[in-house]
This record gives sequence, C-alpha cells and structure tokens, in this order.
Amino acid sequence: MGAPRSYQTQAIIIKQIKLGEVDKILTIYTPEFGKLKVVAKGTCRPGSKLGGNVEPLTYSLLMLARGRNLDIVTQSQTIDGFLVLKSDLWRMACGLYVLELIDSFTLENNENHPLFDLLLDTLHRLCQGDNSETVLHYFELHLLDYLGYRPQLHRCVGCNSPIKPVVNFFSSSQGGILCSHCSQKESDSRPLSVGALKILRLWQSCDYATARRVKVGTELRSELEQVMLGYIKYLLQREVKSIAWLEELKKESIVDNNCGRD
Amino acid sequence: MVTTVEPVAKLVEAFNKLPGIGPKSAQRLTYYLLGRPEEEAKALAEAILALKEKIRLCSVCFNITDCDPCRICQDRERDHAKICVVERPSDIPPLERTGKYNGVYHVLHGPISPAQGIGPGELKAKEFLSRLQDGSVTEVILATNPNLEGETTAMYLRRIILPLGIRITRLARGLPFGADLEYADDMTLSQALEDRQEF
Repeated sequence: MGAPRSYQTQAIIIKQIKLGEVDKILTIYTPEFGKLKVVAKGTCRPGSKLGGNVEPLTYSLLMLARGRNLDIVTQSQTIDGFLVLKSDLWRMACGLYVLELIDSFTLENNENHPLFDLLLDTLHRLCQGDNSETVLHYFELHLLDYLGYRPQLHRCVGCNSPIKPVVNFFSSSQGGILCSHCSQKESDSRPLSVGALKILRLWQSCDYATARRVKVGTELRSELEQVMLGYIKYLLQREVKSIAWLEELKKESIVDNNCGRD
Repeated sequence: MVTTVEPVAKLVEAFNKLPGIGPKSAQRLTYYLLGRPEEEAKALAEAILALKEKIRLCSVCFNITDCDPCRICQDRERDHAKICVVERPSDIPPLERTGKYNGVYHVLHGPISPAQGIGPGELKAKEFLSRLQDGSVTEVILATNPNLEGETTAMYLRRIILPLGIRITRLARGLPFGADLEYADDMTLSQALEDRQEF
C-alpha cells in the first residue's frame, strides 16, 4: 500500500509567494517534515477559507493532499495567530527576522523537532514582551547549535588551548574563539570582551528561564549583536534581508519599550 | 531541427516572456495575429507603444497617468483634504468602483517587505510625507492590503503620520460578503468582533 493521499500536520507559516492570480506557494516549517513548500489555492480571494490561516507568522493545523510536485493545502485552522506580535511593528520585525533565519538555514524535508520547538517558543516569547535582544540571541545560538554550527567558546579553535579571561577574538570562518596568539594569523577575527564571552557561553548552555534573567549593558549588547550577525552572515554567505528593516526601526526609535532595549 | 520564419519566431519569443504565457500559447497568439487583417495588428502594436510612450507616474499621487497631474488629482470636485494610501495603481479602480470615496489617492508602489529587503526608502513614502506638510490634509486612509506586509506598512505610516496630528483611519477588516463564519481565521474574526456595529 502506498502513502496515504492526504495527511495532517502542524505548521508555522514562514513565507508565501504568489502563484498565478489567486494561489500562493507557502513555505512552512513542520515538526514532522521540517521545511516544506506547499500550494494554497485561492488564498488571494476575499472569501478564501484558507486566507488568514496561511499568512506568515501563523501557527496552523493544515490538512495537505499529496500533489504531483508540491502538496496542496486542503484545510487549515489557526492554532495561534500571534496577534500580539502582529500588532506591534518592532516585535513583528523581530518575528520576521526569526522566520528568515529558519528559511535560510534549513533544507526542505529535513525533520528537526527541537528546531520547531525553538521556533515556536521564540515566537511565544516575543509575544510575551520579553527583551527582544535576549530572545533573538538565544534563538540564534540555539538555532546554530541544532544545525551543527555551534560556535566553540571554551577552547581556542586554533591551538585548542583553554581560553584565558582576557580580551580574545571571535573568528567567523573558524567558528569560535581564538586566543590572542592565534588571532594574529586570522585577519577576519574580531575582538571579544570577557563579558561578552561569558554571556555567550551562558546563553549557549543554559535554559531560557536563566538566559532571560541576564542583564546586558548597552556596550555589550552591540558587541554581541555584531559577533552574532557577523557569524550568521559568514555562514549564509549573504546579508540577512530583514536586518535592514530592524536597523531602520532602531534608527527611527520605533522599538517597543517592553520588548526592546530598556 | 524545426525552422521557423524569423518574424514569427521573434513574436513567439516576445509573447513567451509575458506572465502566464507558455511557448504553446505564444505560438497560438502569433498564428492568430498572422491570420488577422493588418489594421488589427497595427492597432495592437500602437497600443503597446502608447503604453510605454504616454503612461507615466503622476507627480502628486504617483498613480499611472497619461497627463500630469493625473485626472483624479486635477479634479476640483474631489476632496483634497482626504488621502487614501494604496499599495499599487491597480488598487485604485476597485475603490473608485464603489463610488463611496471622493478624496484623492497616494500610491506607494508596493508594501514594506522586510523579507525581500524592501523598506520605506524603496517606496513613495517620503513623497507621501511631504504631501502632508502643508497642513491642508485632514484625514489619511490607510488602504494597504490586510496581510502581514500591508499591516507592517500601515503601522509604519501611522507612526510617522501621528506627530502631524492628522486623523488616521484604516479600511475596516472583517468578514467578507459570502464568507462562512466557521472558516474565518482568528485575526479576521477578532477584528470583526472588535469593530462590530449597531444594526
């Protein structure tokens, strides 16, 4: 007996692109199948039964029918629409950044249940109004961990010697910390203060409840941001598009007070 | 190898570049035109040329137009204190068809789309803000699409218009005519409940 012609899955809608006049191709992230591309027919019509259930940043239950190339969404029901997230410009931008990272880092049909849980938890945390930077950096570090890009933060990636509590260097191409001696051979490494290293180590290994209690000063914040973004950009070999929008909002001080940078 | 006469091959290739037209449809259109009188082909060619030669953007509202300012912006009968902001020129005809709106428009030429790296700088947002500076506008109607990108655009515009003290409204969201309540999504249904009206 072949595979059943239809199946049901939970999914977080990551992206949609228009297909013809009224249809859309959705990129979804599911717990059982990882990232999938599926077709949602007629979603651009005002009376569409799928409509709002398949907008990006929505956690839905989907019924899918196997298609020749792409599977087709036949029924949908919203589990969580993240309405709080969608009603705030800054938090929505953070959510879109999270979705872009998931889309960029994952391959289709590669199941990764912990990553699905991380994505869902991150969107919930953004909704709860937690400090957005902590939420995002915690997400970035654990995303890299689940995908095999966990940065080495305890030993020098050049000579394997233990890291001393002085200013060390972070190398994106080597994927971790370099001691001051080894950093001289790596032109792309950037200095990393003891404080920033400590926070990265803690966030990498602790649970979220502990991570959210860490208070981070302004200087450390921008240092952490540069290190993480530099590493992500190196791994993707391109810019993260939604970062430009986050930067634009920061420039215009459209940052949620509860969620942003104190 | 199939040999085709060059003008035919050229036209097939040109049609093939249009959205939704594959090689077979392109061939069918070409052979159809081949069988039609010369005047018809000329009229089509002229219409296509006129599209590129005569159509430009209105310097006020950035709608597509053949005269500048466009007919809507020139119309004295219309209420110039109301501006309806839309994403694309194609959003204006359906609003006009309702016959309920007598103000003017502003076309942004797209929504803000962080995932595609499109920010307000790529849209006609600055131009819109400068239209509001003289104080003659009393209401801005945000008519961007009710999806994630449209909402982002509307929220962003709201943030930058708010300090000017102009009334900002958003097209109502709710259940479309002919819809089924049980299939409505949470966002639409909660909005429909919040904005319910006396009946």
